[in-house]
Amino acid sequence: MGSAAQVGGARPAIEVRGIVNRFGEQLVHDGVSFEVQPGEIFGIVGGSGSGKSVLLRTILGLRTPNAGQVLIGGRDITGLDAQQLREVKRGYGVTFQHGALFSSQTIAENIILPVAEHMYLDEATHAALVDLRLLMVGLPLATAAKYPSQLSGGMIKRAALARALALDPQLLFLDEPTAGLDPIAATAFDELVLYLRHTLQLTVVMITHDLDTLARTCDRVAVLVDRKVIVDTLPRIV
Amino acid sequence: MGFAIECAHNGSRIALRGDCQMADLPRLEGAMATAIAVGAPAIDLDLADAGEFDLGPAWLLQRFVIERRAAGVQVTVHGPESEHDAFFGQILARAPPQDAAPPAEPGWLARIGLRLHRIWVEALVALAFGGRVLHTAARALRSVRRLRIPAIVRHLHETGVQAIPVVGTIAMLISVIIAYIGAQQLKPLGAEAYTVDLVVVGVLREMGVLLTAIMVAGRTGSAYAAEIGVMKLNEEVDALEAMGMSAFEVLVLPRVIALVIAMPLLTIVADTLGILGGGLLTRFLLDMSWPQFINRVDAAIAPTTFWAGMVKAPVFGAIIALTGTLRGLQVQDSSRELGRLTTVAVVQSIFLVIFADALFAIFFLEIDF
Repeated sequence: MGSAAQVGGARPAIEVRGIVNRFGEQLVHDGVSFEVQPGEIFGIVGGSGSGKSVLLRTILGLRTPNAGQVLIGGRDITGLDAQQLREVKRGYGVTFQHGALFSSQTIAENIILPVAEHMYLDEATHAALVDLRLLMVGLPLATAAKYPSQLSGGMIKRAALARALALDPQLLFLDEPTAGLDPIAATAFDELVLYLRHTLQLTVVMITHDLDTLARTCDRVAVLVDRKVIVDTLPRIV
Repeated sequence: MGFAIECAHNGSRIALRGDCQMADLPRLEGAMATAIAVGAPAIDLDLADAGEFDLGPAWLLQRFVIERRAAGVQVTVHGPESEHDAFFGQILARAPPQDAAPPAEPGWLARIGLRLHRIWVEALVALAFGGRVLHTAARALRSVRRLRIPAIVRHLHETGVQAIPVVGTIAMLISVIIAYIGAQQLKPLGAEAYTVDLVVVGVLREMGVLLTAIMVAGRTGSAYAAEIGVMKLNEEVDALEAMGMSAFEVLVLPRVIALVIAMPLLTIVADTLGILGGGLLTRFLLDMSWPQFINRVDAAIAPTTFWAGMVKAPVFGAIIALTGTLRGLQVQDSSRELGRLTTVAVVQSIFLVIFADALFAIFFLEIDF
């Protein structure tokens, strides 16, 4: 991973170029462009209905934009076929707003699912990997045997993060990571993200409403206003 | 640089070269498994040419070294310290305190006891549920608004009117089967005229209502459980209660009342089409004319025959509706529970219907009905 990026200096982890998204008559994005640098925590903010989630789905390759390009690691994902897109998706981790943990599976099964999907490994190896991911996100190891419904909101967010980290991605997308958490749990989660970024040199893109989270974690912020985007450091935007 | 792994056959030496990513785990695991299976007394782990490790493989390798050393194997690591060791040290140091170990599995005697206890508790829950429905019904009957007529009508339409085609078809087919087998068996005795008795009494007393109940359990029992179960998962039931409305009054009672009304009506449909089917078959199989058939029917049935089947219909309807709604309200937490309890609702209501039918049969025999 690292060797390719060193050729010709730092290449952006993500480049979004002139994205246009339209639903029928309604224009959601009209030429949205920005870059996310490697190792950066990049926030995306905007009012309700400003198209944050649509933008995230576009970057993730879950939605094809009406115009524009999305480059992940220098590779345009808008023109890829299903097989190539799967490879790109293997390279990033995502947490969804409500965790999106599979409610009929234990936390251990949830965390190991992406690994088990891609390769065949022993049960013991699975257990060891689950331990690692739980330790990484600061959950007690006994959480492995529990079901999502038995966890608190903060623990669900952490478990979702553990699942997102299952394949050791370099790129992490967090959709409203601290929404619905009390200020103490939100602070703890922010610190966890900062810690993982610092130790693993992850690139993090997060959508958030939470101004505290923005201020604590994000290096730069993109604000969606009037179908366009303004990118800058948080203090200057405020 | 691509990942390569060399593992000596006697398991004494493992050499890794290049970057080791998550995708390389199966090969790494294979080499470690070989070393463990062979049981070499000493292992040389050569990381001199190894590149960058993803966290997953690095963690497994570290675990492997620690566990082998604990097992008394001499493990020598060549090459630089892993860049991740410090991180592993940190996350282990930060690890939250572990919960107490889960209690041990109970023995066989305790399991039987727990099982019996659960059955007992379930019976009590079902009894309490039935009582609560009756109580709600008693209150609701005092005011028309509480009775929620529109909801009852909607459920009547969905569970009654829309079930007519399938219930009618099934009843007709079953009576054709009974008539066919009956005629075949009675012919050698010269008693084929009694096929009519067999079909008419069988359909009116048992088959009509029982098959209707089984079809309704499959159609409506599952629908009740699933509808209410999804509302439970979406916290819609909590929302109702929080607005001061009783889930029993809004969700359970209209469904129960609708099915108690719909079941007898569907049974009449099933009885009619069942006798019609039997009549058609005797017409073609036994060359019996319609007037003959009708005379035969008239002779076969007692005044009570029809009612012996009909009185069971509302009881079966209540059983199916109560089972379905109870299981729906028991859904909690996960989508798997929803599926499980929907299945339970159908299986249990069919079982209870047949059990109740057996009780009715004994009762009718005793009172000579």
